Amino acid sequence: MTNNLKVIVIGGGHNGLVCASYLAKAGLSVQILEARDSVGGACAPIIDNNGNKLAGLAHASYGLNMQILKDLDLPALPIQLSLDTISLSEDGSHITFANNSVSGRKISERDSKSYRGFIEEFKKYSEALDVLTTNIPPRLKDMDWHDKKTLIKIGWNLRFGLGKKLMREFLRVGGINIFDVLNEKFDDPAIKGAIAFDAVLGHKMGPRTPNTVLSYLQKISFGENNSLCRSDNLSTLLEEKAKSLGVKILTNSKIDRIIIEDGICKGVKLESAEIFKSDLVISNADAKTTFLKFVGTEYLDAMFSHRVDSIRQEGAVARINLCLKALPKDQNLEGDKLFQRLIIAPDMQYVEHAFNHSKYGEYSDHPILEMIINRVEDRGPSVNSITATISASFAPYDLKGGWGKNRNLFVNRVFETIEKYIPGFNNLVKSYELLTPCDIEEQYNCVGGHWHHGEMGIDQSFMMRPVHGSAQYKTPCKNLYLCGASAHPGGGITGLPGHNAAKQIIRAI
Amino acid sequence: MTSSVFQKSPFQARLDALNIVQQWTSWNGYKSAQVFDTIASEYFAIRSTCSLMDLTPMEKFRITGPDSQRFLNRLVTRDLSNLAIDRVAYVIWCNDEGKVLDDGTVFRLGENDFRLCAQHHQLDWLSISRLGFNVNIEKETDDIAALAVQGPTSFSVLNKVGIEGLDKLKPFQICQQSISGIEIMISRTGFTGDLGYELWTSPENALDLWDLIYGQCENGNFDIRAIGLHALNMVRIEAGFIMPGEDFVTAETAVRADRSRSPFELGLSWLVDFEKPYFTGKKALQAEALRPANRRLVKLSVEGNKPPADAFLYDKENGKRIGTVKSCVWSPILKANLTLSDIEFENGSCPEKIWAEIYYQKELEWKSSWSQCHVSHKPFWKNARASLTPPMKF
Ligand SMILES: Cc1cc2nc3c(=O)[nH]c(=O)nc-3n(C[C@H](O)[C@H](O)[C@H](O)COP(=O)(O)OP(=O)(O)OC[C@H]3O[C@@H](n4cnc5c(N)ncnc54)[C@H](O)[C@@H]3O)c2cc1C
Repeated sequence: MTNNLKVIVIGGGHNGLVCASYLAKAGLSVQILEARDSVGGACAPIIDNNGNKLAGLAHASYGLNMQILKDLDLPALPIQLSLDTISLSEDGSHITFANNSVSGRKISERDSKSYRGFIEEFKKYSEALDVLTTNIPPRLKDMDWHDKKTLIKIGWNLRFGLGKKLMREFLRVGGINIFDVLNEKFDDPAIKGAIAFDAVLGHKMGPRTPNTVLSYLQKISFGENNSLCRSDNLSTLLEEKAKSLGVKILTNSKIDRIIIEDGICKGVKLESAEIFKSDLVISNADAKTTFLKFVGTEYLDAMFSHRVDSIRQEGAVARINLCLKALPKDQNLEGDKLFQRLIIAPDMQYVEHAFNHSKYGEYSDHPILEMIINRVEDRGPSVNSITATISASFAPYDLKGGWGKNRNLFVNRVFETIEKYIPGFNNLVKSYELLTPCDIEEQYNCVGGHWHHGEMGIDQSFMMRPVHGSAQYKTPCKNLYLCGASAHPGGGITGLPGHNAAKQIIRAI
Repeated sequence: MTSSVFQKSPFQARLDALNIVQQWTSWNGYKSAQVFDTIASEYFAIRSTCSLMDLTPMEKFRITGPDSQRFLNRLVTRDLSNLAIDRVAYVIWCNDEGKVLDDGTVFRLGENDFRLCAQHHQLDWLSISRLGFNVNIEKETDDIAALAVQGPTSFSVLNKVGIEGLDKLKPFQICQQSISGIEIMISRTGFTGDLGYELWTSPENALDLWDLIYGQCENGNFDIRAIGLHALNMVRIEAGFIMPGEDFVTAETAVRADRSRSPFELGLSWLVDFEKPYFTGKKALQAEALRPANRRLVKLSVEGNKPPADAFLYDKENGKRIGTVKSCVWSPILKANLTLSDIEFENGSCPEKIWAEIYYQKELEWKSSWSQCHVSHKPFWKNARASLTPPMKF
């Protein structure tokens, strides 16, 4: 490895920060250039119009992968921040998912037992796939020994980790949809709705869409000490870590172009026309932005450009920031329950119908929702503010007729929906802000405003992520790499794309 | 085949009238003659007098807009940044893997106005390639009547018709003319390797243009013949021009991965310019250029007088099989069997000895014999008259 290489990381999202930290730790001289006024990307805290500090877009996550916490000597998210998931029911018989078990007034013994079995089973699948997510996805052509090793490990995990019977089952469910799998396992519609919710939120998929078993596995972390948490301070933690390792960070520095000379990446040009030369450039921006905007098709092969252009990357999740006059008073959400992750996805049919609208460029009549109400003491300089954040789907990027006059209509849909589950909620709303996928595209510099920087369809996953011709974090341009959610294993707050990219880069130089 | 399924060329009335043997085929959907009379008479019209051929079926695309030149330069392997207005360049283009999709010619008609002519349908690929470029691409195959006037007396024929200025028109140059009220564009281009021109006009002028030129035959001034694809195929092999779809499978249509061919493998490295700005396939071709050549399409003449059609090629008699003949012709003018043949190279170079095993029939009895072959590094046939400016008068 050549020491003292100059590296530029475009974008200080959590993946950019993780990648930069690994590279700095390996002795490279790393400069992050971030367009926004702070780093963290979609997990950077949001300051609303009233000056309240809210969670970033990614308001709930399992936190960074354990290996990364260990390598970078980062603390796990404190237990106070952990969240149970409460799936709301119109009649108030909400169900709670916590510690790998499900409970609720109407939950049968059979279903609660099935749920434990389901978690056990999916945990094993997840462990079998772990090799794939925490590693550079193997090439299938021109393999080197790293690729072979990874493939062998995956094969080994599937066959011997899972055992013959479970492997056969995995191969079966992996190809079907979460709708069929859940119908085989549970009776209670609410359990099925809540699990299906996790399989589809962030995707343009419904429970009946093939691939939703894999998207569920990608989303959920089944580890023991690995519960869902508010991801409040993650960006600050990562920023401090990066800086302490010597990473230089410049915010308000929006990249306009990547400089390519004779097929080799030489640095970047900012929108301000300022030029930064470097030996390597690593892009945390999505693949479309990186290739079609920064590099330009003039420097790329035609079919490759076409493939990038064809990536399905239209976001479907909107964010609503709320300011409340008072906390909701609900006998079914007493005490700490109010501050958990509240979801509205009462059954799979509901979720499927919500998705159906998005296929035709409409927002859902009855959206699926994820809301986190903040404890006053947890955040915000103005003590009086009670705030909440909502991820609402489906709110398609390519909405028929555009978002303009539809903004209020959609928000009304969301509020009407919540009102049914938490009566009196509407009257508590003091003010709100809506971020549609179009707003997210603009404010977070990500084409389509997509949760994962690109759909997680099987054709856009693994060694095909983001596209054939740019897997393994490499690109057609020498010395240009990808490290964001566009790359394997995709989006969510995991740090894995950044980690794997760093591994690939260190291997390559 | 009934002729009704074919698209009719604007020259069709004249073509139909002249076609004695009624041998038609489809060329990009057009009713196109393979032969009008006899192949020999058509061949000798090209090489000794003057031939007329309907080029309308050739795919033509008009490319305009502020990025048209950059777009084309990213498309083709050759550097077009210095292609002047009123000039034509022979080009090939490749897919990402550096395998040839088609060949053709680019006409620069104005600052941001180009015509691309291609053997095969290319609109899909052009549309894919336009991403990020501000260009308009229109297929104009049916909107333009094109006529090839080729052969040693072609200059004199056109001169006689009243077209002026051809004495100054250099190979690959374009000029605009108006004769008898017909606006035509003339390019000194062709697929015969001989002196010749291609005439471009709007379809409603097609028959008038034909009559003007063919009239010189009818009034006894010159021998002019309509020619079909068979005669053209003979002369293009003599001239060493390749035919996508005949000499190699185009990358778009190849099913088996090892069937498509790179420019290097087709012996067209002179068309690949690594100094120019990026073009599709450059990266793959740069990598290929570092590896020893594994095969080439070579110009191969085969001794003897037995037609080596579809023959296998060997490194010695009964030796190791090293290739096949792709297209071949008995050249009347050179009195030789000429072929374009796909040869496997060993350690990056062409085998020194190449033998063809030829199967032939004698009164319905099959026999085989061995002939030695010779690689030609230049076109088999070349004549100074083709590029002389001003051309010779007859
Ligand atoms: C509405 C919404 C809700 C979500 N909720 C959750 C959740 O609850 N839990 C979860 O785990 N995940 C959630 N996600 C997904 C998660 O936020 C992303 O997958 C994750 O943030 C991707 O991280 P990243 O570092 O790869 O990219 P990003 O966080 O998008 O960071 C990319 C960075 O690159 C910068 N950049 C881009 N272009 C330029 C440029 N030209 N010049 C300089 N810098 C540039 C951007 O400004 C940005 O800071 C959500 C996503 C959305 C859209």
